[in-house]
Amino acid sequence: MAWESGVQFMIKKEVVVIGGGPSGMAAAIEAAKRGAEVLVIDANEKAGGQLFKQIHKFFGSSEHGAGVRGIDIGRDLLKEAEELGVEVWLNSVAIGLFAEKQIAVETGTDDAEKIVRVVEGEKIVIACGASENVVRFQGWTLPGIMGAGAAQTMINANRVLPGKKILMVGSGNVGLIVSYQLMQAGADVVALVEAAPNIGGYVVHASKIARAGVPIYTRHTVLEARGEGRVKEAVICEVDGKWQPVPGTEKVIEVDAIAIAAGLKPLAELAIMNGCKTKFDPILGGWAPLHDENMESSCSGIYVVGDVTGVEEANTALEEGRLAGVAIAAALGKITAEEAETEKKKIWDRLDGLRSGPHGEARMKAKDRQLADFRQLSAAEI
Amino acid sequence: MALENMGYLTLEELKAQTVYPTEERFRKGPVAVIECTHEIPCNPCEGSCKFGAIKIGDPITNLPGLVEANCIGCGICVAQCPGLAIFIVDKTYSDTQGTVSFPYEYNPVPEVGQEVDAVDRSGKVVCRGTVVKVQNPKSYDRTPVVTVAVDLDQVETVRSMKRL
Repeated sequence: MAWESGVQFMIKKEVVVIGGGPSGMAAAIEAAKRGAEVLVIDANEKAGGQLFKQIHKFFGSSEHGAGVRGIDIGRDLLKEAEELGVEVWLNSVAIGLFAEKQIAVETGTDDAEKIVRVVEGEKIVIACGASENVVRFQGWTLPGIMGAGAAQTMINANRVLPGKKILMVGSGNVGLIVSYQLMQAGADVVALVEAAPNIGGYVVHASKIARAGVPIYTRHTVLEARGEGRVKEAVICEVDGKWQPVPGTEKVIEVDAIAIAAGLKPLAELAIMNGCKTKFDPILGGWAPLHDENMESSCSGIYVVGDVTGVEEANTALEEGRLAGVAIAAALGKITAEEAETEKKKIWDRLDGLRSGPHGEARMKAKDRQLADFRQLSAAEI
Repeated sequence: MALENMGYLTLEELKAQTVYPTEERFRKGPVAVIECTHEIPCNPCEGSCKFGAIKIGDPITNLPGLVEANCIGCGICVAQCPGLAIFIVDKTYSDTQGTVSFPYEYNPVPEVGQEVDAVDRSGKVVCRGTVVKVQNPKSYDRTPVVTVAVDLDQVETVRSMKRL
């Protein structure tokens, strides 16, 4: 590229979405559908985020795509975005978010060829998702030990089996679903350990792997990984009521990979860098930016959607993205406030539905707290 | 309880927590057994049944209830359930054997006539079974439904087969 400094200034767009996963693409589509000019920046070689790893059928209401596999939802989203003229920059990382809503974007996979562009968006949507938590134990850096999300990327995106005899650590939905998918890919899940007394994820997911013969050990953790050059054995043991290992309960299991599904935390750095007000909520995965009913953060014109504002699921991420897209279209004058209100009401009803029931209750309350905290923030500033 | 720390329910727990078909209904032919015990927001099964044999209603977190008189045991719901929690049980297959139809999303898919290891809800092999039907039409969206014939006393126990 011919720029002297290697940096190209200043590209202007009405809407810039950082992250092309379900929430970001949904926001882009809803805004573009109503006439906004939208650019999506995505760090990967293909947009769609986690959807292309989610080969299972989604739960939810049959009126809104339940029973459809994540990969198919992803394919349809990308197609719709393309038809609407949404511009997508792939292999592009937002390396900075500055005042005046300027984003520094580094594009390229080869260091020598990378270019940096600065894009200014009238409205910015931060939709960078979440990152996996780790669990540290003796030997945890041995090759073959990885996040469950990494294992899922290997099997479903890259079609490479991370191992044949896998220990899964964690029984949330990620741990349960990835265990199932590892078996679908041809591996054996030799055990699943969960430190809590009960399984964390949906029981139907647990039942699928139980009848596939995966031993589920609740009140158990992984103590040690052994092996030279690669993990060969895992030592698991019981934990007591205070999460401490119970001596004498150790079991040695032969493994060639360990996948860790210990939850996710919002990738909130860009929002924090920009000064968006955040709050710590363990139910939402940690520090997450606050937002109003339009998904707008405490920084005017900066919206936060999907896992970045509280770790949930792809279907809630889609709806949050849609909310922001509609709100942005209204803020840009593409539709009237009344039109936006009608549409947003429908989306909120769907979101409430997805967060209903005993399994959604904690998340529903946490998201309500987030909105209440935002209102308090606004009141204090006035 | 088995459900919360083992991942599956015993038959007794299932009967207590779900709308389980009556013995009278079992005697009439194939019927859906819906093993969905978690109130999650999900309802594709209800919409998939053209006979109105599955009721969820409002709120969407209601557990699916079987209306056994309406169920013809067609099995459409088996592949539509995202949780893979519906089975078809036929106690009238023969004098000595019944069949269990279950979703099976693994490769290779078994072939009709093949002898397989039938497993219970915990994955334990409980008996041998013969594959009598494999359905995988486009509408099932890559969730094959396998029907295995097993001895009559095993039809309420068998819920899948050992992977090939």
